[in-house]
Amino acid sequence: MTQIQFSAPTSVDDAVRQLTDGGSAAKILAGGTDLLVQLRAGYARPTTIVDIKRIPELRQIKAENGGFRVGAAVAGAELSEHAEVKNSWPGVVEGLDLIGSTQIQGRASLGGNLCNASPAADSVPAMIAAAATCTIAGPGGQREANVEDIVTAPGQTSLGEGEFIVSFFLPARPPHSGDAYLRFIPRTEMDIAVVGAGVSLSLDDGGKCVAARLALGAVAPRPLLVEDGAKALIGTMVDDAALAKLSAAASAACNPIDDKRGTIEYRTKVAGVLARRAAEIALTRARAN
Amino acid sequence: MAKHHVATTINGDPVEYLCDTEQTLLDVLRDNLQLTGSKEGCASGDCGACSVTIDGRLVCACLVLGVEADGCEVGTIEGIAEGDSLHPLQQHFLQDAALQCGICTPGFIVAAKSLLERNPNPTETEMRYWLAGNLCRCTGYDKIITAVTNAASELRGE
Amino acid sequence: MGKEEQFDTATQSVEASGYKVVGTRPIRPDGIEKVTGRANFGADCNLPGMLVGRIIRSPHAHARIVSINTDKALALAGVKAVVTSADFPEIGPKARGAGEAPVSFRDMSRNIMARDKALYDGHAVAAVAATTAAIADQAAALIEVEYEVLPHVLDAREAMKPDAPLLHDDLFTKGLDPKPETPSNVSQRFEFGIGDTAAGFAAADVIVEHDFTTQCVHQGYIETHACVANTTEDGMSTVWASSQGQFMVRNYSATVCGMDITKVRVMPAEIGGGFGGKTTVYLEPVAIMLSKKAGKPVKIVMNREDVFRATGPTSGGHAHAKIGAKKDGTITAGELTMEYEAGAFPGSPVQFGCMTGYAPYDIENVKAVGFDVVVNRPKVAAYRAPGAPVAAFAVESALDELAKKLGMDPIALREKNAATEGTQAAYGPKFQRIGYLETLQAAKNHPHYSAPLGPNQGRGVASGFWFNIGGESSAAMHVNEDGTVEVVTANPDIGGSRASMGIMAAEVLGIDVSQVKPLIADTASSAYSMLTGGSRVTFAVGKAVCEAADDVVVQLRERAAKVWDVDIEAVEWKDGAAINTKSDSGESLSLKAIANTAGKTGGPISGKANINATGAGPGFGTHICDIEVDPETGRSSVVRYTAIQDVGTAIHPSYVEGQLQGGAVQGIGWALNEEYIYDDKGCLQNGGFLDYRVPVASDLPMIDTVLVEVPNPGHRFGVRGVGEVPIIPPLAAVANAVAAAADVRMTDLPISPPKLLAAIDGAK
Repeated sequence: MTQIQFSAPTSVDDAVRQLTDGGSAAKILAGGTDLLVQLRAGYARPTTIVDIKRIPELRQIKAENGGFRVGAAVAGAELSEHAEVKNSWPGVVEGLDLIGSTQIQGRASLGGNLCNASPAADSVPAMIAAAATCTIAGPGGQREANVEDIVTAPGQTSLGEGEFIVSFFLPARPPHSGDAYLRFIPRTEMDIAVVGAGVSLSLDDGGKCVAARLALGAVAPRPLLVEDGAKALIGTMVDDAALAKLSAAASAACNPIDDKRGTIEYRTKVAGVLARRAAEIALTRARAN
Repeated sequence: MAKHHVATTINGDPVEYLCDTEQTLLDVLRDNLQLTGSKEGCASGDCGACSVTIDGRLVCACLVLGVEADGCEVGTIEGIAEGDSLHPLQQHFLQDAALQCGICTPGFIVAAKSLLERNPNPTETEMRYWLAGNLCRCTGYDKIITAVTNAASELRGE
Repeated sequence: MGKEEQFDTATQSVEASGYKVVGTRPIRPDGIEKVTGRANFGADCNLPGMLVGRIIRSPHAHARIVSINTDKALALAGVKAVVTSADFPEIGPKARGAGEAPVSFRDMSRNIMARDKALYDGHAVAAVAATTAAIADQAAALIEVEYEVLPHVLDAREAMKPDAPLLHDDLFTKGLDPKPETPSNVSQRFEFGIGDTAAGFAAADVIVEHDFTTQCVHQGYIETHACVANTTEDGMSTVWASSQGQFMVRNYSATVCGMDITKVRVMPAEIGGGFGGKTTVYLEPVAIMLSKKAGKPVKIVMNREDVFRATGPTSGGHAHAKIGAKKDGTITAGELTMEYEAGAFPGSPVQFGCMTGYAPYDIENVKAVGFDVVVNRPKVAAYRAPGAPVAAFAVESALDELAKKLGMDPIALREKNAATEGTQAAYGPKFQRIGYLETLQAAKNHPHYSAPLGPNQGRGVASGFWFNIGGESSAAMHVNEDGTVEVVTANPDIGGSRASMGIMAAEVLGIDVSQVKPLIADTASSAYSMLTGGSRVTFAVGKAVCEAADDVVVQLRERAAKVWDVDIEAVEWKDGAAINTKSDSGESLSLKAIANTAGKTGGPISGKANINATGAGPGFGTHICDIEVDPETGRSSVVRYTAIQDVGTAIHPSYVEGQLQGGAVQGIGWALNEEYIYDDKGCLQNGGFLDYRVPVASDLPMIDTVLVEVPNPGHRFGVRGVGEVPIIPPLAAVANAVAAAADVRMTDLPISPPKLLAAIDGAK
């Protein structure tokens, strides 16, 4: 029997080298909440597993340029316990926090949730709405990318061989800003999102919306940044008419599938509902700070 | 590749074991170390019957590789009671009839202990959401919530 | 929920009855093992030199097995045995066993290991045993099975069509006159009834009629099936297994393997939930055969996906209910026609559905017709009140509509028609003393029923009936030399039954419950007992325990009589001591004193009772459910729930409440989210707890309970079975609450958000 190789490098360079040596059959282990399930089910058959959790940069949360840099392998529970990040980006923290149970939160990470490349990943719409970027390490050195450019299709990313995400950057918040993420699931916990909606917005001193981003999950082959959603809000007082427009834009952007978790019709409709509800929460938060 | 040699601490005691890469921590606990108090209900992180702590953090042992535990402190149901005295959670699970078949009970106790260490006075809603990853098919959760509530109260000295 | 809203559920039986132990809440005898992780469940047994077994399963819903080649697997280093159906004896169609439902051993054998055809996704076709799990997995992948894929059918009504794919070419519908000449997927037609429903409907002022559909649901026990078998060269096999009956495992395994019963000894492991799903065998005969071939112990543990694919579930199906009533609410007729999916082999619980649907009501004209239909799904197993929840969903939903049409309160409608002592039940018997009416009165008087509702909230009520059973039961009781007592029974403790056995023994013996140690014996250490099921253990095995205690008391009195040199008639037994009625000073000897000197008065003292218990009392329950509907997403949340039930006498009220709470929540899951989802090839799409959505803690409120105690005259303490009734009312209670909250009648379970939203939008 051939055993799966395992390594737990302590530096980014070592990790890149081991991943490159492992080739296409190498898998990155962060929180393992997806990888171990895939291993057990026989969906993933790697020859090498590289555990990146012992690399310090991957586990840190630090203030940077008025925003925050969050290591790609920081566990959900660790991010939830970080008061400053939670204060600035409650929607992002909620998105990550919604993934699975308390036990999953002890392990699941932003990097893993993004790179697993599920269209239904809960943290991803919130990160896209937040205009988060990521730092990618690879054989050619490090590069930056927007979160919305990572997932290309179900299970597929734009990362090259030997590349992995080191950290995410959540930008500084102007005053009167707020974000929120909501998802729909049949139960109250433990389900995969049927629809997810993340909204981030900023208001001027008069309460007019000056910046907004809407992102949706589970309604297309990959998480969507919905430009028309932003347009619906920017320049408005985020009144009922603007919210109705946002809702319509969300539904219009959907290109979902029928599957065991929801129908096309249902997802399309609920995407509009959740976009509006998330915007209302983001608005309340923006007005409060 | 040969088996991995892992040196860890389980319930406060140093433990060394050999494991294959694909063995989960749950496999190691149950099959290699005969610590069968942690149960496998799903092997996918959906039922919580294998709840353990790693460096104080609540996780599903079925979603951790055995080799990852190297250098870590693992806490299992077998380490909850101290000597011959039960933890208040264990005592209240008994007094409040919070178990019927008992297969989920170790996971619930480990998870609830982790909650009360962080939040000594949780609301019913906080308890229910913290424990949402622990499935119980027998009790409808009612008496489990009662037991955790009463144990929390005792631990607060009330 | 605030304290002020809590309804006092404490029972008064201790004071009212004069019982000293019955009705108290001692800590269960097996509790410490279970809260410390020491208790040994099915998968926790390990033997030296043990091999790991794996089952190879069909990936097709319906396929002819052309060939199985095991050569490559056997050639792999570390592989010690492979078995297929060729290793098991052919069993003829006449071999049948008894139980809650009749068993065909031929079907059982073919379900455990497919012969000529695989009949569902997950049907076992071969098995392998190897030195490690990794090698067993690798070997399983090396077993080559050639299939010829056949068309499949999943739905009962589809399977009844003349052009439907046929599962068995030797299945001819029973219960038809004349007997059919061509095979079909309908194994049997059942009919129960009284009176003339046509006349009843003619006399009705109002008639309601609805068609209902429900999906296949799984018991969802957290412990997957597991066993270890050790077959030795003398042909003896010892099996450690988690099941609902060690004697059931012994009988079924021996029969399927073609062994004498004495060659199989079954050691009962703790059982991690069953709900009826562990009343049959899947792994044990395979482990016995693998162990026999390998000459080593073999352990097989099912994974969760295989539990969903190949065990349980209970039937989905269709039901059509038609009820007629006078303006004053008197029901004049009720009809129910149901088609249940049995899975790959006959044996759905449709006849129990037919019998139970109208059982709570005193109706002159009733007709219930059921069809047992085979489809390409796993063979159903018992699930808590098998057959009754779907029937009650139909009848109790229709009654809710009837109440609305009549402008009557739904409890008042049920009260007006409630079955009471002396009512002739449509399925056969005349009821003795029953407590259905009392549950309705308790529901009406409960603060929940009159509490105000919030926006988008609605309240539903529904009731349910279950027979409860008795059956063959054994108990032995050993008095130890220090006066403590061992109570030995042979039924797996699925939810606290050891505690109940201990309480009843202590009550009869008149000693403290702490002096009693209940134990569960293996098949070689006890007389036969029927499996744990049918809500029978506290009633029937409890009866055996009481009679074994009577036997002990007689012996204790004899010993005391010997000491005092009086006739045994002169010795009374009171409060745990023998009293010499011939003595002026009230001379007495405690149980402990008699036990201490047993050696001098004749040797060890032990009692036994082997009985076939009769007199089981039927159970009735009424549930109140408040649901809040999100009108924009179609999501239903249970905001308040109260389960009320006639429990006879609650021996250990905490565990009785627990049965009500757990059953209610399983029913809530059935109503709202649980369902088997298949793809167009007939393969299960949600074989895991991620997408088979059992309720989680955050989905639920506290489940309030009211224990109505109308003692069963058939048991000395008044015990009625309690475990099954509570899963019956919730399906309709939830649907009725949704109807009240969202003004839509949901007739198709589960009431999942997409379905409910479509219904709400459609009604606009």
